[in-house]
Amino acid sequence: MLNIVKKSPYETSSLSSCLKYIKKGDVILFTEDGIYAVKKGGMFEKHVSDASQTCSIYYLSPDTEARGIKSDEIISLAKPVDYQGFVDLAIDSPKSITW
Amino acid sequence: MVDQESKAKIMFLCKTAPYGTIYEQEAIEAMIMFSAYEQDISVAFIGDGVLSLKKGQNPSLINIKNFTQTYLVIVDDFEVSHLYVEKESLEERGMKEEDLLTEVEVLKRADLISRIDEMKVILPF
Repeated sequence: MLNIVKKSPYETSSLSSCLKYIKKGDVILFTEDGIYAVKKGGMFEKHVSDASQTCSIYYLSPDTEARGIKSDEIISLAKPVDYQGFVDLAIDSPKSITW
Repeated sequence: MVDQESKAKIMFLCKTAPYGTIYEQEAIEAMIMFSAYEQDISVAFIGDGVLSLKKGQNPSLINIKNFTQTYLVIVDDFEVSHLYVEKESLEERGMKEEDLLTEVEVLKRADLISRIDEMKVILPF
């Protein structure tokens, strides 16, 4: 399952809902305002790092760069993808949920 | 010329992140409009609003104009008298005052609440 989180975790329950429904082997992709969840030093670092024990974590790099977040400001267990990478993740997963 | 006493104290309360919604962009347009009326304007960034002031943004990557650059000139050119940023909101997001693209007044939540209380009008975005 590909889980796409695209709303700010500080303003919505998008991330917390996602984390309740993930299972082993799932992929979580952070896009749009969802990318604030993978910023180092933020309130959600621990949540994402816990999820990475069972899931792979990606973020859409044009969305982080647009918002002034450099790659060294992002938690290291999250891997960057570009738009092509986003498409590849969608192809690799039979289903997806956008939270 | 409007004299100091008769100016209305107006505060823009910016609560949303810059590109996921259109709120911040609308807030800036409204600030520019209001500046024409020579009122006493403050802008306060709380919650995800503080993310609008992050240095190094490049929204051309997602085909959006970098309207947050307007904050660099808003105090001088549009007669905004105060830019406030809430300390707690910065800290929750792993940010420091040095991460911001312009000079601001960083206030604790309790102090910001008393500034808000002094306003005649509050415009939330």
